[in-house]
Amino acid sequence: MELIIRNGFVFDPLNKVEGEKMDVFVKDGKIVEKVDECKAKVIDASGMMVLPGGVDLHCHIAGSEVNAGRLLRPEDHFKNFERKTRVTRSGSGHSVPSTFTTGYRYARMGYTTIMNPAMPPLEAKHTHDELNDTPMVDKGSYTLLTDWWFILECLENGKIEECVRYAAWILKATKGYAIKIVNPGGIEAWGFGRNVQSLDDPVPYFNVTPREIIRALCKVNNWLGLPHTIHLHTNNLGKPGNYITTLETMKCVEDLALKDKPVIHITHCQFSSFKGSNWRNLRSGAEEIARYVNNHSHVTLDMGQVIFTNTTTMTADAPFQFTLHQLTGNKWMNHDVETETSSGIVPFRYKRKNFVHAMQWSIGLELALLVDNPWKIFLTTDHPNAGPFTAYPRIISWLVSRKARESTFKKISLKAQRKSLLPSITRELTLYEITIMTRSGQAKVLGLKNKGHLGVGADADVAIYNLNPEAIDPSKDYKEVRKAFRNAVYTIKNGEIVVKNGEITKHVNGATLWVNLQTSEQKLFNEKLKEKFRDYWTVEYENYAVEENRLKISNPINVEAKI
Amino acid sequence: MISLQLKNSLKFPVTAKCISPDALQDKSLEEIEKLKIWVGNKKKELRELFKIEIRGSEREVIHVYGDLTKVRGIGAEMTMGELTIHGNTGMHLGEEMKGGKIIVYGNTGDWTGSMMKNGTIEIYGNTGNYLGAPYRGLDKGMSGGKIIVHGNVKNEAGAYMQNGIIRVYGSAGQFAGLRMKDGTIYIQKKCGERVGANMRGGKIIVQGFLKSVLPTFTIEDLRDKVKIENEEIIKEPFYLFLGDLAEDGKGKLYISKKKNPHLNFYEKFLEGEKIE
Repeated sequence: MELIIRNGFVFDPLNKVEGEKMDVFVKDGKIVEKVDECKAKVIDASGMMVLPGGVDLHCHIAGSEVNAGRLLRPEDHFKNFERKTRVTRSGSGHSVPSTFTTGYRYARMGYTTIMNPAMPPLEAKHTHDELNDTPMVDKGSYTLLTDWWFILECLENGKIEECVRYAAWILKATKGYAIKIVNPGGIEAWGFGRNVQSLDDPVPYFNVTPREIIRALCKVNNWLGLPHTIHLHTNNLGKPGNYITTLETMKCVEDLALKDKPVIHITHCQFSSFKGSNWRNLRSGAEEIARYVNNHSHVTLDMGQVIFTNTTTMTADAPFQFTLHQLTGNKWMNHDVETETSSGIVPFRYKRKNFVHAMQWSIGLELALLVDNPWKIFLTTDHPNAGPFTAYPRIISWLVSRKARESTFKKISLKAQRKSLLPSITRELTLYEITIMTRSGQAKVLGLKNKGHLGVGADADVAIYNLNPEAIDPSKDYKEVRKAFRNAVYTIKNGEIVVKNGEITKHVNGATLWVNLQTSEQKLFNEKLKEKFRDYWTVEYENYAVEENRLKISNPINVEAKI
Repeated sequence: MISLQLKNSLKFPVTAKCISPDALQDKSLEEIEKLKIWVGNKKKELRELFKIEIRGSEREVIHVYGDLTKVRGIGAEMTMGELTIHGNTGMHLGEEMKGGKIIVYGNTGDWTGSMMKNGTIEIYGNTGNYLGAPYRGLDKGMSGGKIIVHGNVKNEAGAYMQNGIIRVYGSAGQFAGLRMKDGTIYIQKKCGERVGANMRGGKIIVQGFLKSVLPTFTIEDLRDKVKIENEEIIKEPFYLFLGDLAEDGKGKLYISKKKNPHLNFYEKFLEGEKIE
């Protein structure tokens, strides 16, 4: 199928196109130089913004913890449902929507690639089954490698090369895309009812520290040449005063940086930027974090912006979830994934009038505005931890308009109003910068070469929004911006029109992205692995791996690993 | 007065949230007859199931006749008026009700008065499980109003109760007042076990037999009378327990001394305190 998108204002930051009026040509699912104008279908995009399809590098949308969240929260689904239509399936859920609905809602907002950030290796099959059932978008999953016993044992004995082999094997076996690190050391400590307090706090029964784990996995990541950096959820997350830990974490891999390329991604950074010694004197550490990030090129962040709504928190950071359960008294679910990781789920409501929640809201925006370079910070809500992804248009309106921020700011807790840094920030992001934060930057840091831009050869994932950048002033007409980003006029996936005027017109299945690491065969290693499986797991080696034919549409990214 | 007479006995479950004074009061007879209701998986008109008549000018008074055991959601979200049911009703009677009165001369199903905010429900028969309780997963149940049951109630009456009063003149099943936060539950006859489990506040009065009190409740006092509401006082001795300590709760549990001689061993703990 051939398509011409005519006369739109094209925003393509990776190719340095900023709101130029031009045509985009699509053929066989790719962006091309030219198409046969007689045969092609023409989309008139005059007065509209033409953007690459949205990319979300951190949203919990599939896997056993998301599904457990759905089970834990029938009330989340009770009044929020979508009826089936001619093309779509029915579904329900506000903060943890069912798989099909997740895909439809993303597509309606113009998103075409999303990444599920926490896949315990043992639950990989479940995760991929759910991803198979998430339509409309390309997706991938990060493998949780933090407190896997193999890694810890290798580090204890100082065998980094063996560690690389294990990592390569598990990434391939679980069809993962990147290495996810969650509260390094803390998860293993939680198995004994404890947590780690700092980067140098040793993990019980393993003579390693979080600092060693982070550095080692960062080295592993470089060694294997993975497309994405390590994806890190910091220690002490969600505790007052944790911005120091975050700064230390960023510093500890400074020397591992390769030229200007980032080597570490600190995810949902808002939760890791708290200053103060307790909840009452909580302050924002956004300034210090932003200063560091502005001066260093090896770090990228994402926001984890808080939305004032009822949501579900779910992380592999089980000790943090337990703290949250004790704080709120809400129901709680905890899970220990054998020798690999753990997880916890707690429903949560962010309230405007609550000092801490209001500060969190402020910190997220401060981070996004104080980090000068939009290629270093991305728009997320850590769906569903700080709010559902459906709130992205709202966050965009806060970022582009001071007026929008002020209108919400007036309604938050008075104490938070006095302590927040937000009123002192005058910066308003441009639509070009928003394009970077919501798609191009994310695609770049994920190492997705064909996504996030509209250059020739890119995947034809395009989002068209009814917003005329010449006619409106985003800082004043923020409501228009919000409305436009809520429902794309057109979403084009692989060269096919899948959304028109905010309605799904075609049900398509996206591909599963995974890193296909080419490593040298080593018989001895496999034998050793099998032996360890017998010792450590309830699952046999032969039954553990996810076969490629389990993925509905497989899109391996081949990487030549130097091992 | 609007009267609805069920024509034939029902085979499939019916969802009829439109049977409430709010929905019917400003409609003509024809409009009422054409109201849509779900019968099984099919949409039907109200007149296919009921014979409808309007007498006099009092439109906010509704009388329903017939065995409505399969009809759910009657009087849902009603705010005013009076709804009288001469017969049994099904689940979700008066859910999220905000005002007015429902009288049932018969039995009702589960989730009667679920999450009600105000108004009165009076039932002359028995009622099912989850009286005044929220749906699965939600943590806020009945938050005001009054439910009077002249018969028995099944399990989890008043679960997650936030406020209001439930009076049961019969017996109650297990877990009455589960996780309640505030409000009053009065049970005149036998009460099932685990009463007040996980309660954090509020008051439960059991005037009948109770086999045992949960170990997470501690005896506080022996009172010679107890107040139900307003000026209504029962003048007989009651044990007062506080709990549920598992939730750090401050709920009050009054248990009749007269009907529960097997609980008198608790008295020695009271005496022990006095010696100190």
